[in-house]
Amino acid sequence: MQCQVCGKRPAVVHYTQIENQKKSEYHLCEKCAEERGYHTSLNKSKFSVGDLLAGMVDQTGGSEESKLGRVRCPRCHMVYSTFKESGRLGCSECYETFRAQLKPLLRRIHGSTRHSGKSPVKDSARVALRREVQRLHEDMQKAIEHEEFETAARLRDQIRSIEASGGRTPGEAEAR
Amino acid sequence: MKLTKLARNLGGWLDGSGPSAEVVLSTRVRLARNLREVPFTHRAREEQLAMVYSSVLSAVRKTPALISSASLTMRELTPVDRQFLVERHLISHDLADNGRLRGLLVVPDESVSAMVNEEDHLRLQALASGFQLRSAWESINSIDDELGQDLDYAFSEDLGYLTACPTNVGTGMRASVLIHLPSLVLTKQIGRVLQGINQVGLAVRGFYGEGSQIMGNFFQISNQTTLGQSEKETVEGLERVTRQIIDAEQRARDELLKDARVQIEDKIWRAYGTLRHSRVISSQEVVNLSSAVRFGVALAIPGLASVRTLNEILIRTQPAHVQLAAGKELEQRERNVLRADLVRSLLDQNEASAVNPN
Repeated sequence: MQCQVCGKRPAVVHYTQIENQKKSEYHLCEKCAEERGYHTSLNKSKFSVGDLLAGMVDQTGGSEESKLGRVRCPRCHMVYSTFKESGRLGCSECYETFRAQLKPLLRRIHGSTRHSGKSPVKDSARVALRREVQRLHEDMQKAIEHEEFETAARLRDQIRSIEASGGRTPGEAEAR
Repeated sequence: MKLTKLARNLGGWLDGSGPSAEVVLSTRVRLARNLREVPFTHRAREEQLAMVYSSVLSAVRKTPALISSASLTMRELTPVDRQFLVERHLISHDLADNGRLRGLLVVPDESVSAMVNEEDHLRLQALASGFQLRSAWESINSIDDELGQDLDYAFSEDLGYLTACPTNVGTGMRASVLIHLPSLVLTKQIGRVLQGINQVGLAVRGFYGEGSQIMGNFFQISNQTTLGQSEKETVEGLERVTRQIIDAEQRARDELLKDARVQIEDKIWRAYGTLRHSRVISSQEVVNLSSAVRFGVALAIPGLASVRTLNEILIRTQPAHVQLAAGKELEQRERNVLRADLVRSLLDQNEASAVNPN
């Protein structure tokens, strides 16, 4: 393959650039690459994993490729094939929508698919509240078993008032 | 010119006061955050970006550590202004280039800043002098907690903070050090060291971070992955590796001195001489020569410039900095003359304060 710029020397530097969601591929000789600031000796440092993402995603292909490509996020309406081109997801819901496709990708990028860092303060408040409701539920069950119906009724009211006061997403309320 | 004040001051991260500041120029920790209900920046409509902007501003006003911050939207800035902010390590090229509703919040000493509507809705950054990963992490962590009380972050229990690019999902954290490694470069050991860094899951980048060139023997080393490790583990891992690199640089330095002390001192003093007396000088030349002088400071050669002065030379001589100081756009030829004047005057001041510390 010849260099795209000078057309004379053989292309030895190959890279993919993602700009404004458009993917372009470049094949340059050493000299032209250096003139553009891409030093072959340090090639690795020039490219972020992000830039190589689109390429990585493509490897997940196979016969189910076209079917998966058409999966659409219900919130932002992005289809999976758009992600494959841009390397960027459309919204937070995309992580749920494309969960099955993203798992192997995340494993390849990070070597893990499970967060073990901090949580937002709001979420930890929510988690605490959910645990509180859980505890009240258990107490209520026990009260019913012991036929302490007045206590059970009081606990039920307490649970209802916590649930009514919010602090939980609609999804969590449905799951209950 | 909206940036006069920033241009006149020197960010706290450049004052040379931090630990190992003669080897590690700066430490940076950034967190990527998004609002749950809004599509990621590249898929959001203009009015949604405006909503993100106003939510962030209102949360910032309730956060004591950020209350003094200046707010700049990219639209109100000239290309030179934006370039200045890139040179100052406060915004990315990406933020500078895009015409949409994007902005920067920055406190006066530049220790904390936030890009709004970059690839993610919010990119929080702590920037500190020298090698101090833990304190940079702690300061940005507590600010993130405060903002998180007000902003509804996109977060899932198993995947963590959700980001536009899956390479950032989880902690959303990128911790990095900007480290000066002249001995490893001179002894040609740098390739092996960089390879080793990649193997332990860290990334090496250039002077302005992602996608930028290596210059002046400066390397930015950062964590590559964000999922599966806590922030603390990530910071501690980077800290350990950075310490090993500093040791390797020290060993290479001892080796060099043993073999060629006079030649190296000669190189350093010639570099100093050129900076001290030149009348026309390019940006690249300043970077290379000041790297040699910085090496001399690490070798504890007396009579050279302070780390602070070298940082000031490195930062203030960049093209947009020179133009902002001059108050107008300049051709490259004009910049090269003003740059030489600036370097000489900074070294003058440095000498004066060395003779008379008060």
